[in-house]
Amino acid sequence: MAAIEILDLEKSYLVGFWRKRQKLALRPLRLTIEEGEVFGFLGPNGAGKTTTLKLLMGLVFPTAGTARILGKNLDDPEVKSQVGFLPEQPYFYDHLSARELLNYYGQLSGMPAKGRSARVEQMLARVGLSDSAGLQLRKFSKGMLQRVGLAQAILHDPKLVFLDEPMSGLDPMGRREVRDLIQQLRNEGKTVFFSTHILSDAEALCDRVGIIHQGELRGVGAVADLTSETRGKVEIIFYSQTVPVGLTSLGAEARVSGDMVNAVVPEEQQDAALEVLRRERLRLISLTPVRSSLEEYYIQKLQPAEAGDDARADDSRDKENRKGAGV
Amino acid sequence: MNSRIGYIAFNTFREAVRDRVLYNLIAFALLLSGAAILVGEISIDIERLVVVNLGLTAVSLFGVVIAIFIGIGLVSKEIDKRTLYTVLSRPVRRWEFVVGKFFGLTGTLVVNTFFMALGVFLALLYVAHKFEKMDGWVLVALYFIVLQFLMVCALALFFSSFSTPLMSAVFTFALFVIGSLAEDLRGFARITHGLAGWIATAVAYVVPNFSALNVISQVAHGDAVPGRLILYNSVYALLYSTMAISGAVLIFQRRNLK
Repeated sequence: MAAIEILDLEKSYLVGFWRKRQKLALRPLRLTIEEGEVFGFLGPNGAGKTTTLKLLMGLVFPTAGTARILGKNLDDPEVKSQVGFLPEQPYFYDHLSARELLNYYGQLSGMPAKGRSARVEQMLARVGLSDSAGLQLRKFSKGMLQRVGLAQAILHDPKLVFLDEPMSGLDPMGRREVRDLIQQLRNEGKTVFFSTHILSDAEALCDRVGIIHQGELRGVGAVADLTSETRGKVEIIFYSQTVPVGLTSLGAEARVSGDMVNAVVPEEQQDAALEVLRRERLRLISLTPVRSSLEEYYIQKLQPAEAGDDARADDSRDKENRKGAGV
Repeated sequence: MNSRIGYIAFNTFREAVRDRVLYNLIAFALLLSGAAILVGEISIDIERLVVVNLGLTAVSLFGVVIAIFIGIGLVSKEIDKRTLYTVLSRPVRRWEFVVGKFFGLTGTLVVNTFFMALGVFLALLYVAHKFEKMDGWVLVALYFIVLQFLMVCALALFFSSFSTPLMSAVFTFALFVIGSLAEDLRGFARITHGLAGWIATAVAYVVPNFSALNVISQVAHGDAVPGRLILYNSVYALLYSTMAISGAVLIFQRRNLK
């Protein structure tokens, strides 16, 4: 079953003094996320990521279209008990301690009193806040608040977790812990939909990514496909303090780094390049095909619409992915 | 009561207590004890009148100020600070949130009024040295003051559901002042004719009638409060508050949270 089915969801706001001018925040969005999937929603600031999440959480209302979460309509109150949400830069009731806050959210989520306290302690431990559990949140740092946010999002053991910029405000250690947490959620069979503009996080964690820009979904793809495609070039690394002349004549782009050379040559010149190394008696370290990166895909999709349209026309792989995504 | 409303109400009460809202009781206690000592020194035979008048007026004003200034932020502060996001992403309906916040604030005011009432009775005991039967009417006046708070909270919540905190405070305070003169407005409407008469009558009946809830002077003089007035005022305050809260809910249900 699909965890999320977004069916032409659209949002525009009336702006200006007389509220007559329409500002489009999200163009009709059609997207399907399967259960158990970790989906990364990528895009620059102001692209429409948070608007999409707010629409799915019922915090703003769509201008057109609808969505189904875990097979139920958005306005079905049952949906919320199976969903967890971490807003971007979360702010909580700072008169409460972390323990009190989680207990309050547990009550609102309909968690039975029996076992709630134990679950709260378990969540505090999971995000590394056991020692500060009794401290009022007004004394928490930004990173600690983000951890509280993560704890409240998974407190009631939801099937589906929405995370809006979960790595925001975290130090490298904290980011790593969040990555581990998302991995654990995946292992537990949860569906995770998270927005980010940090591509390395998406590449490391996501099964699929969607690129959104200026309120428009520009592309959807499986990360494994995007990063496995070779680009007709190979990277050869070998021991040498100079670039052999024979290699340069093959059209290699080479740079020397200490006593190693890193050279990129066209795939059809691979054998000839190796022959040069053999002839010069140079020791080979590695030879790997140059693969596409998520960053390249991202940048390609963020190009102006006309260029993007041309790219889409040529991109059969992307079409296949979009079919799979129901786009 | 729906358990989620209870949890939200309790959290609102807890927030008010931890944000030191009840510290106003210290100011109230200082004012009343100072007044009681002063009255005991300079007044002859009207000590009770002065203490009841001053005490109940202070209870009303302190409470109205709290009702307005917390009431206008009940919902708007949660939207601005985005604390609402993690609440509404749970199985909490928007109307439950509004009603829970309303009960939380009125609960705070009831507790606040309870302690202030204790202060009034202690001051009364200090100046009169004993309680009399007519002092029981002070309790009725206090009950009417609580009804007044319900209406002010509901109005503050209603205005804050579509307006800025500053404008909500201005609207609520203006309605409180106009409503305190509602009986005069109704008298004016009765003697005015034509279109002006219609408008005056409409305004007189739309604005909350706070003057009917003000029996401070009456009980200070030891006069009884008719049972019928207690019933009418109770029904009126509950209906008016329910209408204002319903309006707030209707607006909030459709509101996009930015």
